[in-house]
Amino acid sequence: MRPVNQVQFHFPSNSVNEGFARAAVSAFLAQLDPTVADLTDLKTAVSEAVTNAIVHGYRDRMGEVYITVKLFAGGKAVVRVRDKGCGIPDVKQAMEPLFTTGGEERAGLGFAVMESFCDSVRVTSTPGKGTSVTLTKRFAPKG
Amino acid sequence: MNVQLSYKEGVLTAFLAGEIDHHSAREMREQIDEAAQKHKPYCLRLDFSQVPFMDSSGIGLILGRVRLCGFWKGHVVLCGLSPQLGRMVELSGIASVAAIERRVS
Repeated sequence: MRPVNQVQFHFPSNSVNEGFARAAVSAFLAQLDPTVADLTDLKTAVSEAVTNAIVHGYRDRMGEVYITVKLFAGGKAVVRVRDKGCGIPDVKQAMEPLFTTGGEERAGLGFAVMESFCDSVRVTSTPGKGTSVTLTKRFAPKG
Repeated sequence: MNVQLSYKEGVLTAFLAGEIDHHSAREMREQIDEAAQKHKPYCLRLDFSQVPFMDSSGIGLILGRVRLCGFWKGHVVLCGLSPQLGRMVELSGIASVAAIERRVS
């Protein structure tokens, strides 16, 4: 199925861009006329994925974070957050709640939040090449 | 300033303002910890009523403060949680280590 609309953008892995990334996705999704709750859910999931790219993917260096948002007929949104960073050796382990390599101030809840706030989360990763997180959420028409 | 601090009779209250993510949490943490280490409060109240958005970095921020206050047997109370923040807090199971004060409406 072809998307009815899509947008792509990328930005350097500077943590100040986390807010920009989720606001930009949010602004693009506005055309679906989503409920505030649905929009906040996806915005939160995007924030988690972007933070992972910045904190983990590019832990040792700066790099680009790539975001693609595709909208499909019927109100389905697919957001892909991709980095060309260090990759995840064991995706299954990384997705377990409370697992973190981020130190004391990270709760290890990123993937748990994404899974809870989206309809589906797909992660593909190649060590040394990067990680791609695909978030899918269906937006029910309001009212 | 995205953190306003007030200390009175053993209770340190931190009024947080703005979105909490990995980027903003760092600065908030530094401000809270500086005051907390100075006063060693028996109760640290984190007031979220001016926080419109929070991702799991906020949970990390809370957990870290619970750990810090634990050094002098202090506890942490969360207040002013919106429904969105409430969901995040619920998902994290953080209620087992920090008290949650319901919003009085």
